[in-house]
Amino acid sequence: MKITMPRWFYQLASPKWFYDFTGILIPWFALASAVLLTIGTVWGLAFAPPDYQQGNSFRIIYIHVPGAILAQSCYMLMAVAGAIGLIWKIKMAHVVAKSCAPIGASMAILALASGAIWGKPTWGAWWVWDARLTSMLILFFLYLGVMALHSAFENETSGDQSSAVLALVGLVNIPIIKYSVEWWNTLHQPATFKLTEKPAMPPEMWLPLLVMIFGFYCFFGLVLMIRARTEVLERESRTSWVKAIVEERA
Amino acid sequence: MLGYFSSWTDFLGMGGHGFYVWLSYAIAALVVVYNIVSVQLKKRIFFKQAKRRLKREQKQL
Repeated sequence: MKITMPRWFYQLASPKWFYDFTGILIPWFALASAVLLTIGTVWGLAFAPPDYQQGNSFRIIYIHVPGAILAQSCYMLMAVAGAIGLIWKIKMAHVVAKSCAPIGASMAILALASGAIWGKPTWGAWWVWDARLTSMLILFFLYLGVMALHSAFENETSGDQSSAVLALVGLVNIPIIKYSVEWWNTLHQPATFKLTEKPAMPPEMWLPLLVMIFGFYCFFGLVLMIRARTEVLERESRTSWVKAIVEERA
Repeated sequence: MLGYFSSWTDFLGMGGHGFYVWLSYAIAALVVVYNIVSVQLKKRIFFKQAKRRLKREQKQL
């Protein structure tokens, strides 16, 4: 069975088109992430009210939650891109999947480290073997596994395919992270934002968080595009359009 | 006056939680810097090698 996709899908799959199109988007993403992250940080650190129980340590939320959300979103993108690459044999999808891994790993580190630092004054311990924390640690190891597996192959195509399969298998961890706070008794508090309910905190607290989350998404898009562009150049280095770009720079 | 804080000292102290708050924000800054520097480095290395390859190819011609 052949599944036909819309035209833009195949255009995006063309390395040169991807390179040119992301070249237009990058300055806008850079601007948006700089503005949003600056506003969000100042707002969260100084202008949001302190928590009545946790005091000012609660301000860690403005980097902890975006980091954790991005670590998971990035993983889902990596797995979906890997699946697209496997099913439709699209090289560009593998480029995106490969570029996701180091960014996602850094976001997982941010979530784990800021969580540990937040845990000390709140729970009295840097680390507990709680379901949410453990499943998040597994997410970090999955990123490392995907990267290690990819680099174990001399052949780029084999590396792409194997790491895509591993990413897909690891996808099972995503709902476990999400529902870990509901399925098991945990110290970790439930999600801050839910689609079906109003947040438990007042708007003065969650508005800056929302700004930070959007800022993190823009930043993720930005570094993902820059990383993927270089990856494209490396893989297409023998083509005439890449040679023309190199010549222009020389 | 700085939002909910009466002074800069107050702001840096974070009501006794200064160490935890600033350490986690420092890690966040490091993650941002790592992501920017690593992609720029990857780009620079590619162009350096590609230019060398180009020169070699032009010499052979």
